[in-house]
Amino acid sequence: MGRYVIRRLLQMIPVFIGSTFLIFFMVYALGDPVAAMFGERAPDPATAAQIRRELYLDAPLWKQYLHYMGQIFQGNFGTAFNGQSVIELMVSAFPVTLRLTVVAVVIEMVVGVVLGVFSGLRRGRGIDTSVLVLTLVVVSIPTFVSGYLLQFLFGVQWGWAAPSVSPEVPLNELLLPGLVLALVSLAYVTRLTRTSIAENVRADYVRTAVAKGLPRHRVITRHLLRNSLIPVVTFIGTDIGALMGGAIVTERIFNIHGVGYQLYQGILRQNSPTVVGFVTILVLVFLLANLLVDLLYAVLDPRIRYA
Amino acid sequence: MTHQEAAPEPTGTAAAVAEPPLLDVRDLRVEFRTRDGVAKAVNGVSYHVARGQTLAVLGESGSGKSVTAQAVMGILDSPPGFLTGGEIVFQGRDLLTLRREERRRIRGAKMAMIFQDALSSLNPVLSVGAQLGEMFQVHEGVSRKEARARAVELMERVKIPAARERVGDYPHQFSGGMRQRIMIAMALALGPDLIIADEPTTALDVTVQAQVMDLLAELQRELTMGLILITHDLGVVADVADTIAVMYAGRIVETAPVHQLYKAPAHPYTRGLLDSIPRLDQKGRQLYAIKGMPPNLTAVPPGCPFHPRCPLVRDVCRTDPPPLYEVGPGRTSACHFWKETLDGAR
Repeated sequence: MGRYVIRRLLQMIPVFIGSTFLIFFMVYALGDPVAAMFGERAPDPATAAQIRRELYLDAPLWKQYLHYMGQIFQGNFGTAFNGQSVIELMVSAFPVTLRLTVVAVVIEMVVGVVLGVFSGLRRGRGIDTSVLVLTLVVVSIPTFVSGYLLQFLFGVQWGWAAPSVSPEVPLNELLLPGLVLALVSLAYVTRLTRTSIAENVRADYVRTAVAKGLPRHRVITRHLLRNSLIPVVTFIGTDIGALMGGAIVTERIFNIHGVGYQLYQGILRQNSPTVVGFVTILVLVFLLANLLVDLLYAVLDPRIRYA
Repeated sequence: MTHQEAAPEPTGTAAAVAEPPLLDVRDLRVEFRTRDGVAKAVNGVSYHVARGQTLAVLGESGSGKSVTAQAVMGILDSPPGFLTGGEIVFQGRDLLTLRREERRRIRGAKMAMIFQDALSSLNPVLSVGAQLGEMFQVHEGVSRKEARARAVELMERVKIPAARERVGDYPHQFSGGMRQRIMIAMALALGPDLIIADEPTTALDVTVQAQVMDLLAELQRELTMGLILITHDLGVVADVADTIAVMYAGRIVETAPVHQLYKAPAHPYTRGLLDSIPRLDQKGRQLYAIKGMPPNLTAVPPGCPFHPRCPLVRDVCRTDPPPLYEVGPGRTSACHFWKETLDGAR
């Protein structure tokens, strides 16, 4: 197990280098950050050249990349154009998004798995069909539609939830944005659980559990669910990374100053240190979430033992 | 079918003669309602088993032998399976009149089942100790620790080496024979009165088959349980069974004490089965096979369901379904020409 973890961690290095270089390349090579600093006005060539030299921008791209990576590993993510250090932005943004993600994942897990179990056990009946149609509708609606719609209905029309989140980001105000963020994944989790349950419910070991005289709830939770959740856990694990980075739309709708919000601002203003820094961290989160899923596999399914 | 005649086997049959049967299945009917139509998987099956007795139910796949057992256990997949008639009297009570919860308490505790493929029938993600111990936790409410200790005892009882070390292992870590022993241990856990073994040795190597069968027979004698042994293997049956019921297309076509059936079958289908066994003294000759295929259960032939495959078929067989004729003491046959068959066999 320990060796497996180490091997996986080592495998993450090339992935990390490759993906960060790609981001670096796209952001730095496709736009002139110095021009962006000056906004609408054309910069004075001498000043621009000096800034380039100071910011290491006159070096070839690979050198710039190495320099950047070196700085990152010393904890220096650079300074945004407004003078705020990127680290500072991260410290304020990541905890906010993390909370939002946790709320979303909990909603997705609880509601998705419960709906999936119910429809899976009643495959082909009324509940199952309505759940299937509902998930199809949810999957087809883009977040900016469902987000604004729910914000309007719950936040404005009925006043059940705050339409926008206050700077302290209390958990209760995150419920609605969390739901919006979770919605599409929720539909996937429901469908995945449903399929898995419906498949496993006819399995021989479930029949054995019934023949042992176990009560129905025990057959379902201990025998059926445990086996059926393996693919669901994989999905949720990889989804954590996607949710953290994919909260851009949701965070904008509900005015949450998290990762998505900062990224959006960064891209809008061509604020390259912010964009590259944030995405680098997101890559790391994604990689670690994947590793966690693989390790969880071994816990859930003893047939998968890592040498 | 009555047991006026005590079988000559030393299996305690004589003591069981006077007792009412442990399990008495009467005119059981099960249908599978599928898109292709209604399949009458079990069509008026009756059999009974006494304590300490072994009933072998013999038949090809699709003959309804497993479905009957599932109905007795109350683990029929429903839908598509539906019980449409009959009684299942177990220890004097008709199980079909019991409430779901009462039925559940009997399952596993009073009657237990052993399945064919132990690898797929054991839960892959739970340790065998947990799966064995669960029986005690659920039915007797013992603590987890106590349940584990009893699981070890069970494993020792079915002769699994190093039981204490292996109680935390998972099914895939055991060999096929050991896995089937665990299934047997699970069935034995609560000291049931009846065990239904559905092809318990089919998935095993031949050498292991004998060991597992011997173990099962030994435990059954020791605990004087009733045993229903479902199989398509005539070789397995001969050594352990007291009575044989042969099933075809959802019906019982012949019932007989084991040795009489081997000596002189009273139904052409049984005869065909016996003739299909390869014999060493007839080496070089072509093997006998019953011609044709078992019928599709959504469209069973009229008259005797076996008539399209029967070597003795006559006009009456195509129109009139044969009743179960009383052929001798404890013997029945569903063949219009049972006499000829019986005589022909002698």
